[in-house]
Amino acid sequence: MTASDRDRTDPGRAEKSHESAVSAIPDGGTVNSPFEVVSEYEETRRDRLRKLYDTYVYAPISIIKRDWRAQIGFTIVLFYVFMGTIGVYLIEPTYVTEGPALAQPFETWEYPLGTDDMGRDLFASVVHSTSEMLKMILAGGLFTVTLGTVVGGIAGYKGGVVDTVLSSITDVFINLPGLPTVMVLALMLPIHGNPYLIGVLLTIASWGGLARAIRSQVLTLRQEPFTEAARSMGVPSHQIVFRDIVPHLMPFVIINLTNAARRVIFSAAGLYFLGVLPFSNHNWGVTLDLAYSGGAHYRTGALHWFLVPMVAIVGISIGLILLGQSLDRVFNPRVRARHEKKFAESQLEEVDPDSDDDSEPMIGAA
Amino acid sequence: MVTIGWRLRRLAQALFTVWAVITLSFAMIRLMPGNAMGAMMVRFEQQGMSPARARELVELRLSLDPDKPIHTAYVEYVLNTLQGDLGTSVFHNEPVVDLLAAALPWTLFVLSWSIFISFFIGIAAGALMAYWEGGKLDVGLTSWAVLMGSIPFYVLAILLLIFASYRWGIFPSGGRQPTGVEAGFNITYIRGILYHATLPVLSMLVASGVASLGMRGNSIRVLGSDYLRVARLRGLSDYTISTQYVARNAVLPMYTTLLISIGEMFGGSIVLEYVFNYRGLGLLLYEAFNQRDYPLMMGGFVLITIAVVIALLIADMTYSWVDPRAGGQNSDSY
Repeated sequence: MTASDRDRTDPGRAEKSHESAVSAIPDGGTVNSPFEVVSEYEETRRDRLRKLYDTYVYAPISIIKRDWRAQIGFTIVLFYVFMGTIGVYLIEPTYVTEGPALAQPFETWEYPLGTDDMGRDLFASVVHSTSEMLKMILAGGLFTVTLGTVVGGIAGYKGGVVDTVLSSITDVFINLPGLPTVMVLALMLPIHGNPYLIGVLLTIASWGGLARAIRSQVLTLRQEPFTEAARSMGVPSHQIVFRDIVPHLMPFVIINLTNAARRVIFSAAGLYFLGVLPFSNHNWGVTLDLAYSGGAHYRTGALHWFLVPMVAIVGISIGLILLGQSLDRVFNPRVRARHEKKFAESQLEEVDPDSDDDSEPMIGAA
Repeated sequence: MVTIGWRLRRLAQALFTVWAVITLSFAMIRLMPGNAMGAMMVRFEQQGMSPARARELVELRLSLDPDKPIHTAYVEYVLNTLQGDLGTSVFHNEPVVDLLAAALPWTLFVLSWSIFISFFIGIAAGALMAYWEGGKLDVGLTSWAVLMGSIPFYVLAILLLIFASYRWGIFPSGGRQPTGVEAGFNITYIRGILYHATLPVLSMLVASGVASLGMRGNSIRVLGSDYLRVARLRGLSDYTISTQYVARNAVLPMYTTLLISIGEMFGGSIVLEYVFNYRGLGLLLYEAFNQRDYPLMMGGFVLITIAVVIALLIADMTYSWVDPRAGGQNSDSY
């Protein structure tokens, strides 16, 4: 067995540094073959469950509990989900001439956020828009993430012709300007205001960026020893990509899910504001459109007509951004490491340069 | 040698993308359910024309012969498009190319300023945040960045329109050039153009929020790396470290973000120009959409995409200049 083989089949990174000092024998042979090493510890099923619980449940929750961003983000997103699911049953849908035209917000309980120029209650209209928006976000986010991960993962791992073909396709989609593409397609395809279809349509031009990013990450991961080990064991490519490599990228993918969700909201509301998407129900974008065409920007006492849908849009985006950032912390091994240290030491403000090396096996765990 | 090969490949990729987009637009015109040609024919016939006359008009407008078999029509369409013949606008009754060419510079003007300023701000703010990670400045700037990232540009645009223009009257509420001033290379005119472009550019600055968060993350990662420790041990000055080591390495991944945001911003110009009534490519496209002016709509779609392709091509070609490591066979690195 040569020295290079030994390097590749090294079982753990942490051991490597001290082991290589011992086994760097100039004759090229080695006494301690890693294939003969037996673990010193017996791991019972209970231990394993406990470890799983620690990585997947305990650590995330304790990080979230200590991170104000995560708390606010989760609260906001849950609030919107609540509005979109249960709120719809609690608040009656609004209709034209329900109240006086352009009633001011925060004056009566009947119209807590005021009314528009046709007397529709803005609060009820915000609540009833939410479920449709959430459906779009769900469909669009999942579509982007799934397609981006699958295409990027396969392209990066396979290389060669497959990579060239998939990358060319990805490149075409990266080049498509989002909103015009969606506009033209929405005009021609029979989508009839189905929120799931609209969500997918909105992200049709935005999965390319994720695919490209995933591809370049996979390009580096495929050189890692664990991939090479799997390859030499004859594990089929799709299993290597989706069981070994992609789990390493999960943090990145999940953060991108929140970004994709935010992008869906932005483009949905933007296109509804332009009045170019079909709709069956009022939503935040449609309200913006009505306000703009109703001249709320120069009429007096109509400012709330704009502000209510705007706050709804900005609110959920803040929630998603904070959630994304906190998930970044949940998955970021350096933060995890620092978090674990907190029990023993006082909080370290300084960046520990060594933590990058320690972190690698932990990404695998997450 | 290697560099030239890589550049040629990138160029081929760009050409492939252009071809794909033209093919896609052909499919939208001819093949899809609810395609442009069918819709135009129906409309002309509803206006009381005979089917033969409607066909003739459609052929004239789209520069597409409806009677020809698909493959001949396709070849003709691609050739026409590549020669710059995108048909004639139904509404304006002018060649689509002329209309688009007149509008494009205005959009490019606003977008290039927006991209340049927002990335400049984003990178500077991100570097500051990373340098004082955990400090007051970091918390403040991060909150600002999160807020900026949560505001869609059109929301900021509407707010700016309401306050800066209608309420306070500082900036014009729309349009792209001063009235009553002769167009040309004189100070009043140029100042007027900048004056009109201020609000659109300002509203696009929300992009700096996400950019600064990205830059912050990159810088923090670089700050924790081993070679930086070595640089400190070598006794290099703080200035050299922050500009030559941290900034340079942290900016590199931003370049990809920049590339992708070019496409998004071009798309966003539709909404932006609609809000400010800024007569650029986006507004032209929006009007074409509303009037169901298919030739102009498809032509605008193709042109915007080609503009994005060229912008990305330029950016990619200059990437090896920003990052010398990516110059050779290592073009996969981004």
